[in-house]
Amino acid sequence: MDIARARPFEIRVDESVLADLDVRLANTRLPPLQGPRHWDAGASPVYLHDLLEYWRTHYDWRAEEAKLNRLGQFHAEVRGADIHFIHERARNHARNKPPLPLILTHGFPDSFTRFLKLIPLLTDPAAHGGMAEDAFDVVVPSLPWCAFSHERRHTSGLFGVNDIWHALMTEVLGYERFGAHGGDWGSTITEHIARSHANSVIGIHLTDVPFWHSLKTPDDLRPAEREYIGHIQRFQQEQGAYAMIQGRKPQTLADGLNDSPIGLAAWLTEKFQRWSDCDGDLDSCFTKNEMLTNAMVYWVTGSIGGAFMPYFDVLSAGPPRWIAEAVKQKIGSDEVPAAFAMFPKDLSHPPREWAERFFNVQRWTEFPRGGHFAAMEQPEALARDIREFFRPLRNVQ
Amino acid sequence: MATLASTQPFRIGISGHVLDDLRARLHRTRRTRVLPGAGWSGGSDPDYLDALLAYWRDEYDWRRHERELNQLAHFVADIDDVRLHYVHEPGLGVRSVPVLLLHGWPDSFLRYRAAIPLLAGADNDYADDLTCDLVVPSLPGFAFTGQIGPPADIPSIRSSARLLHRLMTDVLGYEQFVVAGGDGGSAIAQSMAIQFPASVIGIHLTDIGWHDHGEPLTAIEEKYLAVIRRKFMEDGAYAAVHMSQPRALAASLNDSPAGLASWIVDRFHSWCATPRHLEQCFTKDEMLTNITIYWATQTIQSSIYGYLAEARQPSLGKGDHVDCPVGLALFPRDMAGTLPRRLAERTLNVVRWTEMPAGGHFGAWERPADFAADLKGFVVAVSDPLTQRAFDGHRARKAI
Repeated sequence: MDIARARPFEIRVDESVLADLDVRLANTRLPPLQGPRHWDAGASPVYLHDLLEYWRTHYDWRAEEAKLNRLGQFHAEVRGADIHFIHERARNHARNKPPLPLILTHGFPDSFTRFLKLIPLLTDPAAHGGMAEDAFDVVVPSLPWCAFSHERRHTSGLFGVNDIWHALMTEVLGYERFGAHGGDWGSTITEHIARSHANSVIGIHLTDVPFWHSLKTPDDLRPAEREYIGHIQRFQQEQGAYAMIQGRKPQTLADGLNDSPIGLAAWLTEKFQRWSDCDGDLDSCFTKNEMLTNAMVYWVTGSIGGAFMPYFDVLSAGPPRWIAEAVKQKIGSDEVPAAFAMFPKDLSHPPREWAERFFNVQRWTEFPRGGHFAAMEQPEALARDIREFFRPLRNVQ
Repeated sequence: MATLASTQPFRIGISGHVLDDLRARLHRTRRTRVLPGAGWSGGSDPDYLDALLAYWRDEYDWRRHERELNQLAHFVADIDDVRLHYVHEPGLGVRSVPVLLLHGWPDSFLRYRAAIPLLAGADNDYADDLTCDLVVPSLPGFAFTGQIGPPADIPSIRSSARLLHRLMTDVLGYEQFVVAGGDGGSAIAQSMAIQFPASVIGIHLTDIGWHDHGEPLTAIEEKYLAVIRRKFMEDGAYAAVHMSQPRALAASLNDSPAGLASWIVDRFHSWCATPRHLEQCFTKDEMLTNITIYWATQTIQSSIYGYLAEARQPSLGKGDHVDCPVGLALFPRDMAGTLPRRLAERTLNVVRWTEMPAGGHFGAWERPADFAADLKGFVVAVSDPLTQRAFDGHRARKAI
């Protein structure tokens, strides 16, 4: 590790931020009861009421903070951005088999906390029913505008994150070759790494086919693909409002979410409820602690607007950008082996042939349970799939 | 008809506790800048909002505005179990025609404040002896009417139209009247005309709202609708959120004055006549009086629920045609510019078509004199027996 560039970091939120939060929670004005029951109109008033009560009386940020600080966390200046990342090295790995470095990239509305359950299953598989030779050195960065990362100038945007990640892995952490995993925006960024830095990437493991491929549909769609594209279009019509507002008016939305803790939690939990395999009952999938710590990561850093940047970047990208992306797709970088772990309650269900248009698909697994947040919902199943996919790739150098 | 309807005078009086709490929130507002130097391109301009919030906190005097608003004659009517707020200003002329004035979102009855004296007063150039008896309600879900009915209810355009018809007839005793509206108020005016043709003698609109046009359209109409669709993709995200997840949004807007102000200001900026000079269209005091009403009455959620109701079950569908005389007063800087007359005529019996020299979506607020003159001209025409016959002839010819 380049010690000069990576500085150890501990989360220590100022007491004044927590005191201010207490005042806000005590004075929260929940909207009056109106409209359909449950989550039908965007956020369940019953859930919000309970969440607020829990936040006020039970939730203990300092305890959560201490838990997060048990992980090795660092800051590094990379390509003009100050990146926060977790770096957890493999434990109990087989002596003759060096651990494989793996970078995990989160999306929206989660944060680096998406991977908290997955990390030990990957760094220490022997302790979790796996094999010592499957161990990984795990790196979990916060997107450059989210949580404890900072990018002062919004220069490269979504399309430049892969360069930052590559520099983080190679220049800062000294890994020559590594694997990458991601979901949501994490899968887009992971794909970008494979396309722009194919020589460094031994394989990519994704929980979805990056949605932007569906923006331009080819003429020779097969029936299963047509069904998938139809589903995506329906999703955009029925549920795409969050993406529109986050991409077009990020400031207007952030003005409220950055000033109201319950508003922030409502906006984020609504997505966890819709996109997870919780059968309508969010509590059955995620504890209130999990939901609040994810919201707190955005609250204490005042960075919810940063979480909207990928949407802004995609909606503002002009033809030159898309041509550049198309060129990258053509120059052979799709040779990087790719695995897809598909979960039934995720937003969309692309058929394998759709993924094969853009990726060198080596592995395709359809799971019986789980949704968009597989790393949080089904960490064991996901960890097994990641280990198995990378096992034969580890020795190929 | 046996009715349970009564009315009583009303004065606006926001409690001191609400104002103190508002000021405390403004003092602890947490501002954020998502895209440095973006101006209005990523939503509300942070510089403008900073200045507006500072003014709200340090200088804006709600009580002064409250006193001024209370110069108007306010009432609340109880219709069945619904309490409806409205301003009722009788016309001062020898002869007065009742006119119901309907606002939209995110404005309020304030939309018509400047136009009220121009329409009710007799002492102006164009009025001769005819003036308007003005009824200016807070729409169901809005301001001092607020959320109505049991919690499961969401008012639709159609149900609001029925309620307002009862206000005009059962409560106020008007047999026939004119309805004028813009934005959501335009849709309600059309629904009233369709549901109650015997009561509504004409409607005057500053926009036509949204219709489902099944029939093939002309190239000019298609072009206009394409502009609307493009506008929606660029600037319509607010409506998409209202239609699909209003509660997820309202949780922040009902708890953060800054968030509420930003959400509303963003729309006034997009839709006013001169976005580059927002304060020439709306002073900070005007902007904040409207926003303070949403804040104090906690009605942002109930005001946006209508989008969800209409998205699930549109009140104005294919085949819904307004047969009474319709006057259109079109302001050039409204959302998509001036619409093709042919498009309006597909659903409306257009008898008056005025293209205003200036003004935006809130034309009645931005250009009260132009608006009042045009509405008055329309009222004179539809309430004059001879003109009425001419309109009937026009309609008969069209039917042939």
